[in-house]
Amino acid sequence: MTVILWLIGASLLLGGCGLAVFLWSLRTGQYDDLDGAANRILFDQDPKR
Amino acid sequence: MTVLALDAGEAVAAGAGAAEAVCEHCGLPAASGRRFCCSGCAAAFETIQSLGLGSFYERCIAERPPRPERSDHYDLTRFITARADGTKELILAIDGLRCGACVWLIESVLGREPSVQTGRVNMTSRRLKLVWHGPADEADRLAGRIEALGYRLVPFDPAALAAARDDTDRALIRALAVAGFAAINVMLMSIGVWAGDASGLLNDMGPATRELLQYVSALIALPAVAYAGQPFFRSAVAVLRHGRTNMDVPVSIGAVLVTGISLAQTLSHGRHTYFEAAVMLLFFLLIGRVLDHRARGHVRATAELLLTLRTSDVTVLAPDGTVARRSVRVLSPGDRVLVGMGERIGADGVVESGASSVDTSLVTGESLPVTVAAGAAVFAGTMNLGAPLTVRVTAAEDGTLLAECARLIEASEARRSRFVVLADRVARRYAPAVHLTAAATFVGWYVWGGATVAQALLTASAVLIITCPCALALAVPAVQVIATSRLFRSGILLKSGTALERLAAIDTVVFDKTGTLTEPSLALVGDGVDALALRDAASLAAHSRHPLARALIAACPNVPAADQAEEHPGLGVAADGMWLGSAAFVGVGSGGVGEGRERVLALPRHPRVEPGDLCQDGAGIDPRVEPGDDAGRVGGRVPPSAICADNEAPRPDFSDRPELWLSRLDAAPVRFTFAERPRFDAAETIARLRAMGLRVRLLSGDRAGSVARVAAAVGIDDWRAECSPVDKVALLRQMGGRVLMVGDGLNDGPCLAEAYVSASPATAADISQTLADAVFQGAGLGAIADLVATARRARGLMRGNIALSVVYNLLMVPLAVAGMVTPWLAAAAMSASSLLVIGNSFRARA
Repeated sequence: MTVILWLIGASLLLGGCGLAVFLWSLRTGQYDDLDGAANRILFDQDPKR
Repeated sequence: MTVLALDAGEAVAAGAGAAEAVCEHCGLPAASGRRFCCSGCAAAFETIQSLGLGSFYERCIAERPPRPERSDHYDLTRFITARADGTKELILAIDGLRCGACVWLIESVLGREPSVQTGRVNMTSRRLKLVWHGPADEADRLAGRIEALGYRLVPFDPAALAAARDDTDRALIRALAVAGFAAINVMLMSIGVWAGDASGLLNDMGPATRELLQYVSALIALPAVAYAGQPFFRSAVAVLRHGRTNMDVPVSIGAVLVTGISLAQTLSHGRHTYFEAAVMLLFFLLIGRVLDHRARGHVRATAELLLTLRTSDVTVLAPDGTVARRSVRVLSPGDRVLVGMGERIGADGVVESGASSVDTSLVTGESLPVTVAAGAAVFAGTMNLGAPLTVRVTAAEDGTLLAECARLIEASEARRSRFVVLADRVARRYAPAVHLTAAATFVGWYVWGGATVAQALLTASAVLIITCPCALALAVPAVQVIATSRLFRSGILLKSGTALERLAAIDTVVFDKTGTLTEPSLALVGDGVDALALRDAASLAAHSRHPLARALIAACPNVPAADQAEEHPGLGVAADGMWLGSAAFVGVGSGGVGEGRERVLALPRHPRVEPGDLCQDGAGIDPRVEPGDDAGRVGGRVPPSAICADNEAPRPDFSDRPELWLSRLDAAPVRFTFAERPRFDAAETIARLRAMGLRVRLLSGDRAGSVARVAAAVGIDDWRAECSPVDKVALLRQMGGRVLMVGDGLNDGPCLAEAYVSASPATAADISQTLADAVFQGAGLGAIADLVATARRARGLMRGNIALSVVYNLLMVPLAVAGMVTPWLAAAAMSASSLLVIGNSFRARA
């Protein structure tokens, strides 16, 4: 049953990575303009900057 | 912008010569044979094509961009912040964004400017963030590029932005993320324990494995509860300190106690832990909290944006005769301000020179313009309808209408008792009951049931978990979020969190007249106006933002703008052989019609204004034009019967009405008069409100005659006229009951603050919008009836939700007290009741 230690460790690590990425995306303002993000996907060429 | 664009526009129009009837830029009608309706559109089209962005027109999925107009000029340099890396930053509100194509166009145009580092549009908050290298006045050029495309830009004050920045939203989402992460992982452990535990299905898990899983659960749950529970703990501590209680108190106690007992169980090798229940409870409640906060934040941001887009700079006249555009906020008493025709007066003051008529409806509720001359006091928020005025700014002194309103508002706000929301009223009774039951369970099992302390504690905690007000705490916010966003979609901004519950309880609706029951802008009088004259007038009016010109366009929409017309600010619009404006501008003099016609024929193409005066300083206002003589003639000196286009019989107040004159080379001058008109659905709305069992009353500051006329037109028999703000508040108090006050003027401000709940249209004075609990957009009054109907429905659903949670508790609590609830049953029951409540709340969308 020692495998369970590895499994718990791995699942927490993966979950923790997901949480960290979410918090990062939140901090960098990626949820500030959800309407804009929905429309931007249709822009085929990026504005220069 | 428009002036600069003239040449390019003509070149494009002449080169094409196609017989298109629709403007290729804005999609509005154009004169036949023309590709564009006006030179502004032609220039915008040319700009877009020359940058290789022509695919913009194929991208438009919504309406076309607005027609470029002469826009207010702002002193942008005040709003610029210098950044550490030497670049400069400016944040602007954008008006006119239609869909993603507009975002693409603006960003692409800015992207082609070498000086621009960042030009990014936030579509949700309708803001443009501009970062560039180089001098501060580059901002004017960049903003000009965007304005030439038809979008209006208004700068945001960086200080105000920083003050208004709301970090709660992000803090709540962070807490939600942590709670979600913990809930998933703890549940993973718990399901293992439930499945493998002796009391479970498989019955083959050893105590060592179970304890391992419990310890890991504790390791995740303890920090998660400590972090994600903070919004609830803080609120609970705050209300307890004031000796009150709300829903967050039982939530906090529940979460902390359950976590503590589970920890004690883990350490003492107990079998049952409830970590997953504690974390899940916080997760569910945080979802409700985040949605609630988002909905309200969105509404608040939209309300702020609406107000920002209405602000305008004022033209300050320096002692040396130069003019500059300044923000209203930097004005000090003694400054002299120029107010052009159609401009709002930015500050309270005294007229120093000039004579004009002023629309004071937003301040006093009077529908007819007031004539002012040198020495008269004028108020911020009133609009100059006639000739330019020079106003000396005075501080708001005691005894003025303004000071009185401010005092009344202050008094009313202090008096307004703190409304206790339904959820808190329930919490007041619920929390003690729950905690008493849990305590009784513990005592009962320990004293009479023969259980050990640990066993009794465990049963008591099962009671706490079952009664944890998960469903109850979601019952009200879930309905509120859904109802608020439904109202938001139909243009009603619900600013106060308790407004919905208060609206459901009203028994009387009190309306203001001017601007509330009637349309905020004046309308053309008479149906017998010569259609051709109206068409010509509207084609000229398309070049002006003056309220009377707007009323002409409203009376005759879809007319292409006249060619090569120029607005002479404060006077009128002139094109080839046509003049539209004040009597003096078009040459109808005091001596009668015949003389006026001759003067028209003899006039140069630009009467009274030298061409050089027009482009001065971008301000669009010529301080050198002496306003005195033409303003004097706006009014009664012209015999109306001779040339009147108005087919109504002349009334005593006839000559008080605002008017515009149209003069053409080959026809007699035509007079257009304007008056207020009830909103199109006012009568219908009032009938609907009556059908809901509400009393409807009308309180107005206007004269009895016009109030009676409007009251009769919309079907209100209970009205009072000529009420001062003090009278209105007194009458409101006298009425008693629960009153919904609907008003727009500054004079309604005290009433809006005094009433049980209040609403104002988006065209209302700034202070009224700030005071009102709800702000509605659009031309109709139907929003008021919708608001009350939605509120009543929402209240029904809230009560239904609370009843559901109470029934659930009544069913489950006896089981918990009897000690028959295992952790997995508690978790399942909690989720099921929460989902049921959320599902029921979605009925508020209908």
